[in-house]
Amino acid sequence: MSASTAADHHDEHHHHHHHDDPDVEAVAPAWTDGKRYAWLLGLVVPTIPMIAWGFAEASGLGIFWWFGPIFIFGVMPLLDQLGGHDRSNPPETAIKWLEEDRYYRWCTYLFIPLQLTSTVFSAWMWSRGVLSTVEAVGLAFSLGASNGIAIANAHELGHKRESIEKWLAKVALAPTFYGHFFIEHNRGHHVRVSTPEDPASSRLGENFYEFLPRTVIGSLTSAWELESKRFKRMEKHPFRISNDLLNAWAMSIVLFGALLAIFGIGILPYLLIQAVFGFSMLEVVNYIEHYGLKRQKKDDGRYERCMPSHSWNSNLVASNVFLYHLQRHSDHHAHPLRRYQALRHFDEAPELPQGYAGMIVVAYLPPLWKRVMDHRVVDHYSGDVQLANIHPRARKRILKRWGGGSTGGGARVSTPQAA
Amino acid sequence: MIPSTPTTPTETTMAKYACPECGFTYDEQTGIPREGFPPGTPFSAVPDDWSCPDCGVRDKVDFELAESAA
Repeated sequence: MSASTAADHHDEHHHHHHHDDPDVEAVAPAWTDGKRYAWLLGLVVPTIPMIAWGFAEASGLGIFWWFGPIFIFGVMPLLDQLGGHDRSNPPETAIKWLEEDRYYRWCTYLFIPLQLTSTVFSAWMWSRGVLSTVEAVGLAFSLGASNGIAIANAHELGHKRESIEKWLAKVALAPTFYGHFFIEHNRGHHVRVSTPEDPASSRLGENFYEFLPRTVIGSLTSAWELESKRFKRMEKHPFRISNDLLNAWAMSIVLFGALLAIFGIGILPYLLIQAVFGFSMLEVVNYIEHYGLKRQKKDDGRYERCMPSHSWNSNLVASNVFLYHLQRHSDHHAHPLRRYQALRHFDEAPELPQGYAGMIVVAYLPPLWKRVMDHRVVDHYSGDVQLANIHPRARKRILKRWGGGSTGGGARVSTPQAA
Repeated sequence: MIPSTPTTPTETTMAKYACPECGFTYDEQTGIPREGFPPGTPFSAVPDDWSCPDCGVRDKVDFELAESAA
């Protein structure tokens, strides 16, 4: 069975509409969710700066102000090794009940007050002048880790129909000044994912440092174009507060303005460091999620539908718990409104050798990334590199290296989509 | 289903179109003012490259006729 057939098969059977259907009762089935209480662990993330303070106070070691980077680059990959894989899916009969159980929503809502508390706490710590510069910068990276992973939470909330959840998504994005994300992501990235036109889909042969400016600038301009287009259809100019970009950024301005007014202009460099590190966390994850994967064009000139084969996944349970199943990325792209607790693992979807946390470190080191990932992309396309989303600047090199197919052994081979 | 009595001639032709992925419905009668489609905008007047505002993975041309009031 080819990957695309398997994907279609999944869609036929698991397809369900998310609108409220009064005829279908949500009945709790006999199945129990093994991860139910594990989702509370996600609330460790927004408290990272306060955990950093606790460890630094208790131990007297200033290094703990860097707990955020230590957590992402050390603790999470380690927990992934210990926690192992989780290929379990909820049974189809439990999905509706699982999605409607409000407990899971509260796990994501609670993230936000904790995240804001950490932001205010950090600003207060910087303003006291008791930290050395290295410690203060460490705290900025720790807060950036919290507010960066908060984008995964904002991502979950921003996809939902409920206006309260969309509003909370904007609040979660305010500390990183990334309010435009939920516009561009939902209406830009999801439409163009794994095509050369998408600024947030990385290409084969494109290293992270080339991708970063392309995605940051491309996503920003795309978000502005999407909102402008919406106002143009209404025959209104886009400079108004109902513009979702402008009202989301206004939240950031209010937040930053209040923090600077209360704690002084001296905290500004640290606020900027945490914002940049925070959104770079999101963008490095974007880099990982679709590297080299491409939807083929159909005869009518449209791209084929986004299939499980168009996203990189990881079913390592630890990082999945901290990222709200973001690593079950194929199911997310097939069904973007599906709530995190109900996202499924697909055997036929391409699997990363590590969780996102471990892959971030690999992404920072382009020669290593190339070694780890390029042959996996080529193997995914059964050796036909022409089917991959190739970075134009690297095209010659990629074709020369992979034109004859993959020589990298060991990787799981997936059948490509029909071109 | 009992057909409602149309009050204006245009209402007889008002239809609803649904996104096959998420069930989002475009109702010609109400339009989507937020998207720049005022009430009464026929689905045919919606641009082809318009994507489902809720899921983003299906385009206008993928939408299916859900209900016709005619």
